[in-house]
Amino acid sequence: MLPFEKITLNDIVSEVHDGTLLGIPADYSGVPMTFTKELIKKKVKNLKLYCLPLTTIQGDMLIGSGCVTEIEAAAVSLGEFGQASRFQDAVINQRIKVKDSTCPALHAQLQATEKSVPFMPLRGIIGSDLLEYRDDWKVIKNPMECSGKEGEEIILLPAVQLDVLVFHATKSDMNGNIQIGRRRELATLAHASKKVFVTVEEIVDEDFYENEVNAAATLPALYIDGIAVSKNGAWPCGLTGKYNPDLEELKNYSLAAKNQNTFDSYMRVFLNSDNLKAAQ
Amino acid sequence: MNKLDLKFEELLISILCDLLSNDNHVAVGAASPIPGAAALLAKEEQKIKGKKLRVTILHSLRFNNFTDGARELFDCAAQGRIDTFFLGGVQIDEQANINLVGTGDYPNLNKRFSGSFGSALMYYVVPKVILFREEHSKRTLVKKVDFISAPGVSDKNLYRPGGPKFLLTNKALFSFNKRKKVFCLEKTAPGINQNDIEKITGFKYDLNNEIKNFTYPSRERLDILRKVIAPMVSEFYPNFAKRIWFR
Repeated sequence: MLPFEKITLNDIVSEVHDGTLLGIPADYSGVPMTFTKELIKKKVKNLKLYCLPLTTIQGDMLIGSGCVTEIEAAAVSLGEFGQASRFQDAVINQRIKVKDSTCPALHAQLQATEKSVPFMPLRGIIGSDLLEYRDDWKVIKNPMECSGKEGEEIILLPAVQLDVLVFHATKSDMNGNIQIGRRRELATLAHASKKVFVTVEEIVDEDFYENEVNAAATLPALYIDGIAVSKNGAWPCGLTGKYNPDLEELKNYSLAAKNQNTFDSYMRVFLNSDNLKAAQ
Repeated sequence: MNKLDLKFEELLISILCDLLSNDNHVAVGAASPIPGAAALLAKEEQKIKGKKLRVTILHSLRFNNFTDGARELFDCAAQGRIDTFFLGGVQIDEQANINLVGTGDYPNLNKRFSGSFGSALMYYVVPKVILFREEHSKRTLVKKVDFISAPGVSDKNLYRPGGPKFLLTNKALFSFNKRKKVFCLEKTAPGINQNDIEKITGFKYDLNNEIKNFTYPSRERLDILRKVIAPMVSEFYPNFAKRIWFR
């Protein structure tokens, strides 16, 4: 018996409910696309997405499928394939609320939760219109004496705790520890989430802690609530060190997403596609 | 384009490269193939001169040595360890405010773009920010942006060691005067004069006493760019590299 919870994709999906605040990893840190497919099939509603710090196809698909009512992000785009059309359409037609942010603020809000402190200060932001529309952000005078600026104003960002985080990784060891490599923002996300589920390419018969180099690249099992194996689970996104993004498919998506009808047709095929075959 | 069979993107890369020669650490963020190529070219040229230029390209595995997660870029910049960074803008205005969010009356936008990325910190803490926006028109260079993702200048009581130093478009290079809060036209693209720039720019700016044309890269520089840098760019911007160099 494995010393951790080995579960299925459907088990993970059943942990996400209407209104869940869901953590969304960036396109470089393991996008859980097979999970996203199942989530869309479940027709979950009113999701709130918290992106660290941005999202690409995952967020755009969830929005286009009507699963999302709120998104906090520094950017939503399809990277080299241009704008995220379903996101744009939902914003212009006011179907979703955007909490416009900036990358370091999205990190800092989770870092506050990591430390279990109520807020985190950050420089910058003051004087931008981001602040005008964020009533959860506060400006104070620096109460410390070390700044060198008389009467310096500084911004405080609230601690944010996520309900659920799901990401995709290359492998788990036999004790349920996850290899995240240099993608340490996944650790920040995990530390700041009530529940963490991971899809992996494989579970290997190793102990990552037997070797110092592997240990340093590991997210410990203590933060993980369940692991499901999903081969090519990030497709059509890439998985660092394992496979590249499927540029052809991402391009096809970017074209299909331009309007709702072609998006819907694309999704009918995509949701039923076999990602093992598709990734080859 | 001329006897070197120069592509326009290569000219822009060369102009940006000239702005980086005295730096210690240049960082390049999202969706920036031209700045990325310029930074690597500057690094290669410095290496030939026996000098060292550090380049961090966020979307690369090879040219990104951060190991503390995506926040490390911002922490590193806040610590003053990055000299130069590139930012863009759907709109850029007279006072160098940049808008990466959208046009219209926020939050009721007519057109939505991706979002502010890291600009609302990087613009404040990186000493030399180079604004790069290829399209030079009255819709991109405006009197006042519809939404300020990050302001060009700040009040005195704010911690702000960083800010805009240059703006490059496909038609012109401007410098930015922080004290006067105004851009200054420095160079124009081949075949473009000062009057042309005035017609397509939505804001007022100063004029350098001696406005020059963009300098063409030397044969030597172009060779380095095509033989050494182009394959590197393929790693992190495969589509761009294919379009420019590997058709």
